[in-house]
Amino acid sequence: MSVRFGIAVFPGTWSDRDCAHAVALTGAESVPLWHADRDLKGCEVVILPGGFAYGDYLRAGAIARFAPLMEAVREHALQGGLVLGICNGFQILCEAGMLPGALLRNSSLQFRCQPTWLRVESTSTPFLADCQRGQLLRVPVSHGEGRFFADPETVGRLNSEGRVALRYCDQAGEPSHLANPNGSLQNIAGILNQQGNVLGMMPHPERACEELLGSDDGLRLFNSAIQHLAALPG
Amino acid sequence: MVNDPQGLVVEDALHSLGYPEVEEARVGKFIRLELAEADMESARGRVDEMCRRLLCNGVIEDYRFELRPVPAA
Repeated sequence: MSVRFGIAVFPGTWSDRDCAHAVALTGAESVPLWHADRDLKGCEVVILPGGFAYGDYLRAGAIARFAPLMEAVREHALQGGLVLGICNGFQILCEAGMLPGALLRNSSLQFRCQPTWLRVESTSTPFLADCQRGQLLRVPVSHGEGRFFADPETVGRLNSEGRVALRYCDQAGEPSHLANPNGSLQNIAGILNQQGNVLGMMPHPERACEELLGSDDGLRLFNSAIQHLAALPG
Repeated sequence: MVNDPQGLVVEDALHSLGYPEVEEARVGKFIRLELAEADMESARGRVDEMCRRLLCNGVIEDYRFELRPVPAA
């Protein structure tokens, strides 16, 4: 049975087709999910892709979180369904309160589009179950507002509960200041909800799916989710 | 307190323009709403709710607002 990915499309989303291409490379099926619909079309995995949903007006993700589709996504997540928020999708998940914290303007005040190294901090999510802790992934970022922030108590909880999924690091795996592209607290690049079925990350795994383009490390996240679903009973 | 890189740049710029007394600058947003509502107390409650639900993200922002009657058109 083929796994079906749903890819959300808001006005201003631009990474939906890249995500569909990445899913196609795994052999799975994908369908677009229109923001004004409440129908997830039977998808097992929902991707909230990158872009500028509703122009990022007011704050990135602030308007998109109220889209009818997001009610269905929230329900899907509550029932244990998989949700992957990439870049703008991560911002939307934070604004929706489905993940803690917020994404602020990069400390450089510049839009950053560059390859980064990510260190896998947690494998307790279907999206990274196929990786080893400490493993490095080569995945690019592309954003102006990706500086993860949360109050100290929340960050402490994310760390102690193993919910920091990915950290920016250098090629040796050190989460150094220089390897941090946006000033994120503790080099945090991606976080999980409590159950691990919702992952939000600023880097773009869908842009790291072919060796020819520099890396296919991003494919691991999609394949890992597919393997997880295939192993479920029934 | 949330790091505000825009505020830091503004602070630096004011220092270079000869305003060393500036100890801190923070950049925020200004939102102007016009309401069809005659009752101030009711307006206050509604605007406060708007701030909490949409206009302000409590993780990174604070808000305050003032109400002013507008002359009838």
